Amino acid sequence: MTGVLRRRNPAAKIIAALLVAAGLIPAVDPVTAGAVLAATVLLLPFAGLERRALLTVGVPLVLAAFSVGLVNLLFGESGPMTAFGLAVRLLAIALPGVLVALTSDPTETADALVQRLKVPERPALGVLAALRLIPLLVGHWRTLTLARRARGLEPGRNPAALAAQFTGKAFALLVRAIRTGTLLATAMDARGFGTGPRTHARTSRWSGADTVLIAATVLVLVAAHLLSVRLGTWRLLFG
Amino acid sequence: MSGARVRLRGWGWRHAGREEWALRGVDLEIEPGERVLLLGPSGAGKSTLLHALAGLTGPESAITGEEEGELTVDGAPAERGRGGTGLVAQDPETQLVMARAGDDVAFGLENTGTDPALIGGRVREALDAAGFGHGPERSTAALSGGEKQRLVIAGALAMRPRLLLLDEPTANLDPDGAAQIRGVLAGLAAESSATMVVVEHRVAEAVGLVDRVVVVEPGGGVVADGPPAEVFARHGAALAARGVWVPGHEPRAPGASGATGEVLIRAAGCTALEPLGPGTDPRRRRTVLDRVEAAVAGSATTALTGPNGAGKSTLLTLLGGLARPDAGAVRPEGALAAVDRRDLGRWPARRLARHLGTVFQHAEDQFVTATVRDELEFAPRRAGLAPETAAAWVDELLERLRLAPLAGVHPYTLSGGEKRRLSVATALSSGPAHAPDVLLLDEPTFGQDACTWAELVALLAELRAQGRAVVMATHDERLLGPFTDVELRVAGGGVAPAVGSGR
Repeated sequence: MTGVLRRRNPAAKIIAALLVAAGLIPAVDPVTAGAVLAATVLLLPFAGLERRALLTVGVPLVLAAFSVGLVNLLFGESGPMTAFGLAVRLLAIALPGVLVALTSDPTETADALVQRLKVPERPALGVLAALRLIPLLVGHWRTLTLARRARGLEPGRNPAALAAQFTGKAFALLVRAIRTGTLLATAMDARGFGTGPRTHARTSRWSGADTVLIAATVLVLVAAHLLSVRLGTWRLLFG
Repeated sequence: MSGARVRLRGWGWRHAGREEWALRGVDLEIEPGERVLLLGPSGAGKSTLLHALAGLTGPESAITGEEEGELTVDGAPAERGRGGTGLVAQDPETQLVMARAGDDVAFGLENTGTDPALIGGRVREALDAAGFGHGPERSTAALSGGEKQRLVIAGALAMRPRLLLLDEPTANLDPDGAAQIRGVLAGLAAESSATMVVVEHRVAEAVGLVDRVVVVEPGGGVVADGPPAEVFARHGAALAARGVWVPGHEPRAPGASGATGEVLIRAAGCTALEPLGPGTDPRRRRTVLDRVEAAVAGSATTALTGPNGAGKSTLLTLLGGLARPDAGAVRPEGALAAVDRRDLGRWPARRLARHLGTVFQHAEDQFVTATVRDELEFAPRRAGLAPETAAAWVDELLERLRLAPLAGVHPYTLSGGEKRRLSVATALSSGPAHAPDVLLLDEPTFGQDACTWAELVALLAELRAQGRAVVMATHDERLLGPFTDVELRVAGGGVAPAVGSGR
């Protein structure tokens, strides 16, 4: 069963995550969001994720939710229930998005965006090509740091010197990134990118299971709202 | 399928914002199936001419500027996207678009609207023609430089070009990768009927592929045109004097040092792990260097050699005290230990910069000021030299490295050769008495024309004669001759003296 989510069309996963966001933004009580969050957590064992990847993004997410809850508890005016509700809601909205990112292949996502969701080709493929350059830029940043030391520059703990050196490095990296990006754009243009209608070597397939994913998402959302209404905890954003 | 016919009449190009024409008054006719080597000093606009032939210049393109005269491919103005032209540039890293090999080759076919049912077959055919050893599912990130460039060539061939444009296709590869690509190109030259135009300033790389050589002049047109032997016999010396690497006219490096001095830096049991970054598992980092031993002696040139990715640059940053090893130690010895006995990685940056100079492969990475003069005054001022003394010495350096007319410009706007000269000069700019005891250089001659190469090597030989240690990570066969006193080969995580080193 693992990898069930991995095999879904990225477009279906994106739609499902957007539906969750749209369905939960108006609800500020902990029960509605909590029910959706519980359903998403039940999905986790089937996502085919490595525990490390989940922890890397999960821990900061829980911390963010915790701080949102704490700030609202201390400085908010709507009481502890709403503060708790806001924290749970943040998790319930963010977790599906994280799952989409972690279980989708970038190439398949670009194909799905272009072929299924009719996103224009140029930005979709531009972002895909730029993703390849991220490790290069990380390497450049490291080199720039070593090069400052070679020139005798070490900011130490002086915040002004730290800021000045960071600005210098950021400028150098920006110049490098623009050069690299221009070369890549030239190479893409040389291969006829953007000259006319494209065909697609890969087909982004939509299966029955993708429709089921979206239908199930809607069902979970409706059930969560109904549950909260039955329990008398249902509260809307401006209600 | 025959090759394309190329015709230029009074063609010229001026980059946006420039006063001088890169090329002007070019009259050239290339017959279908001809193989032409385009030569000229750096800055002569050879790459621009290739880009223009690929239809990449013009009002709606990435490369903007002013064009004059006439340029046609098969009687029509060059226009990209018809699938008739393939371009292969220097660096495969900035030419691959997709994450999987097959998808990347398919990219151009998709762009030109090829029927999806035909794409799979065309991709396999192109991968075969380029001698790509892996399947279409192979991740492009997992390829070596030579394999990546094979994939770039496959991407160009998939479009069945009638005009194939090659812009220094082996320049960014290590000797192994360059040999692979030379093999692929020789096969293409023998079998394909496409017209080929090659830009390459190292003539030996390309001369076997072509049957005609065309020499262009910066701001001017064609100054020589004919069979390779004839052109080199008549213009070889003149071209070499302008920095072109012409066989038989290449500059030579001086010989061995004679007497190697005392050891200044010793790396003992040094282990370096792959740096942390997105996508690296902190618990499963690759070991780049595994308990290596190395020593750097004064009055000697030490060359670090080995394939790309084997850890030459990593070893160079350890020996230069820029980074600390994950295990083991890099210690100063002899005169350097008298300055500070601690491991080099623990020296304060200011002290390090006075005694050890590092020159990076991309000169821009180490520029920290806004003008050439400030860049050179930076080190002497920090070393506490009086302003007049510093200014006098900087003036001398500017003259000597032919940078005087450029003293006021931003370092980023210099040409490749000028940037290289400046980056070496900054490491030496504390003055003759304060030049670093050890100068470490990462691929110092990479991409340099023959003139800059000769100046650089003469400067390094002079520093060596003053008793300083010169350490270079390099692929350059010409530096590895007698000029190299010690060759350390970095491969498979280890470092060992190369066979026949100490020649």
